[in-house]
Amino acid sequence: MSPSSAIAAGFASPVHDAQRLFRAVLDAFSHPGRIAPIDGAPAGPGGISPATTACLLTLVDHDTPLWLAPELDRPTVHDFVRFHCGAPLVAERADAAFAVLAAGGANPFDGFAVGSDPYPDRSATLLIEVPTLDAGAARTWRGPGIDGARRVAIGGVDAGFWRAWADNHALFPCGVDVAFVCGAQLLALPRSIATED
Amino acid sequence: MPEAAYNYAYLDEQTKRMIRRAILKAVAVPGYQVPFGGREMPLPYGWGTGGIQVTAAVIGRNDTLKVIDQGADDTTNAVSIRSFFAKVADVATTTSTEEATIIQTRHRVPETPLRDGQILVFQVPIPEPLRMLEPREIETRLLHALTEYGVMQVSLYENIARHGRIAKTYNYPVMVNGRYIMSPSPIPKFDNPKLDRSPALQLYGAGREKRIYAVPPYTPVKSLDFDDHPFEIERWDECCALCGSRESFLDEMIVDDAGKRMYICSDTDWCGRRQ
Amino acid sequence: MYVAVKGGETAIAHSLDLLADKRRGDRALSELTLEQIDQQLGLAVDRVMTEGSCYDRSLAALAIKQARGDLIEAIFLLRAYRTTLPRFGNSLPIDTAAMIAERRISATFKDVPGGQLLGPTYDYTHRLLDFSLAAGGERPLARTAPVDSVPGVPRVGDILERDGLLEAPPDASDRAEAGRPDDLTREPLTLPASRPLRLQNLARGDEGFLLALGYSTQRGYGNNHPFVGEIRYGQVAVTFVPEELGFPIEIAGIDVTECDMVNQFAGSLDKPPQFTRGYGLAFGHAERKAIAMALVDRALRAGELSESANSPAQDEEFVLAHSDNVEASGFVQHLKLPHYVDFQSELVTVRALRAEAERRRSEDPALDQAAE
Repeated sequence: MSPSSAIAAGFASPVHDAQRLFRAVLDAFSHPGRIAPIDGAPAGPGGISPATTACLLTLVDHDTPLWLAPELDRPTVHDFVRFHCGAPLVAERADAAFAVLAAGGANPFDGFAVGSDPYPDRSATLLIEVPTLDAGAARTWRGPGIDGARRVAIGGVDAGFWRAWADNHALFPCGVDVAFVCGAQLLALPRSIATED
Repeated sequence: MPEAAYNYAYLDEQTKRMIRRAILKAVAVPGYQVPFGGREMPLPYGWGTGGIQVTAAVIGRNDTLKVIDQGADDTTNAVSIRSFFAKVADVATTTSTEEATIIQTRHRVPETPLRDGQILVFQVPIPEPLRMLEPREIETRLLHALTEYGVMQVSLYENIARHGRIAKTYNYPVMVNGRYIMSPSPIPKFDNPKLDRSPALQLYGAGREKRIYAVPPYTPVKSLDFDDHPFEIERWDECCALCGSRESFLDEMIVDDAGKRMYICSDTDWCGRRQ
Repeated sequence: MYVAVKGGETAIAHSLDLLADKRRGDRALSELTLEQIDQQLGLAVDRVMTEGSCYDRSLAALAIKQARGDLIEAIFLLRAYRTTLPRFGNSLPIDTAAMIAERRISATFKDVPGGQLLGPTYDYTHRLLDFSLAAGGERPLARTAPVDSVPGVPRVGDILERDGLLEAPPDASDRAEAGRPDDLTREPLTLPASRPLRLQNLARGDEGFLLALGYSTQRGYGNNHPFVGEIRYGQVAVTFVPEELGFPIEIAGIDVTECDMVNQFAGSLDKPPQFTRGYGLAFGHAERKAIAMALVDRALRAGELSESANSPAQDEEFVLAHSDNVEASGFVQHLKLPHYVDFQSELVTVRALRAEAERRRSEDPALDQAAE
């Protein structure tokens, strides 16, 4: 299989770019609510942000079924994921290890794998595209990785989202993990984090 | 086969992705042991293969690596692991705790307080804190799932009944974020308080047992104890013969045939800076 | 004065030089070639390939040479190399019925289609040291019959199976269709384990460990009345379906030893009495390993067959967690690493406990007597 000219470029330096971007993602998950710049993220196929593109290139492969929200599910994204990651694209949320969603959808977490009490790691990681990471309505986050409390102002998600999040957090140690992505930035919300108005 | 034939940081990219995903899940569920497809490494099991795999999955050319064993940078296994990464990951190495971005350790937490942004990678022989009380993985996994930790409390209490105190000295179990009992690896209990709300990210790798777990920064890590028998750490009447420290973990050495003792800091970087 | 924390780097460098010298031995003697190891220490090569999970005779020979004949060290070297190799895909299952058998025996029937084929075996050698080997004498070439290389000797098990006397092998088609089989070298073992995963573990497992466990089943620790239905050793083809071709092509011929063990089974509520199987397979010629593996495989099926499972060989977690000699060797030997920090911790506590005991004793002399 050779890259068709329609497929966007991946990493310029796959080994070192993946390492650097993984560290940015790891830093984000270690410090929930802290914005991690994803420097040098490839522009990607369009329709998904450079930060999402970078996460897919860094973390997704043959072993991780990927679910795309219908509004993001276009041929260019498909081809990009298939060519660069080799990830199986799945139609059912329950089958996904990773998922890409747009902010604002109803029931954002429904149906995704949350793991089990003996194996809570067998849960999905959701990449949620949002319009802003710091200019939305601020909430207070608490939990591992946060020194006391942090005010975080994700945009494009409503009260319903945060109610759903509270339910997800209550499943701990089960539950999905979220990374909010916007442009070339990322901010993580692991299941261990509680949020309030 | 020349070194160039191996991938950067030894592991192939697919293996790194698998380990990276496991690390992210470990961070998301602090203290929970994530199974991962541990690979054979060119160093023996039990000699730090878990820590090495974790380090190999996170390390990059911009990192500065410190490796310690028993607190010292120059013990043979630390030397061996450090030179492995200098060779396969083209990375700067240091003995300075402050300068390091990644510190791989066996059996100690540095005396110098760690800072935000540093990663402390522990080599773990037996990741399961309940293993010596219950040898079966199927059982211990269930106990963690149910938060059924009575067996550990009973074990510690038996210590008190027998010895008047908790006699566990290293690999002293901790409770992470109020949910999981975790093995801090065989560090002396002296180091346990340093794990509590540390600004650094703690990653634990067990290669033979194929488990990765983590404590994110600023996460509560409580050493198990009882109200009437609070946790306490080792103390020495002596001070370090080299730097005079009274607050660091001391190694005891027998210096003559008559059994004369000398005490010096276990953390060689810390001790050197104070001399 | 304090040498323990300085000079580690130099010490390691010197140690490596000394080791290289030891490995080479007396330089007045010519160095062993890999071909010599492959040809004349072939069973060592077979074992290293089997437990190293890598079929490559010259790599295994190299590992044996580098390890100075320490086979567990050689297995470790080969595994550590194997894990860096790229994967092209999964071969189709090998077909041992199509084996070009050099040896094939059944203990369950006096004669079987295809015949009893003794082949090269130590079984009937008298264990007398052959001093002619020390003198470097050559024997004349053995005579071989042309039929030795005829492929396709029917398996004894297949014949018994046709009569319903022996259970059929598990149906692998569902796994094959699902894509990739489970792979122990890529995923952590989760318990309870499927039989394919168990067999992978046993195939990689230490021959000595499996031998002892298999032996224990014969001595009553989980007896399952075994008969060697058949042992065969010879060459089989490895076939692979490249995605671009879409049909199988033969990519290699490898030597394997297969043991099909037939065991008594009294039947259960939903199954009539019939014989059951234990299975063993190893690279090269390794009958001891294949038989031991088959015994342990069958023992581990106790739960599935509703048998009581109280013996070590029937304890899945115990067997699977301790079979790997590379893991075991590393962890046992890691005790050589410095542990003085932990020992210091223990010293501090033991001293405190002793002081405490001493204090109590001196405060209350009666305790002294009570203790005695």
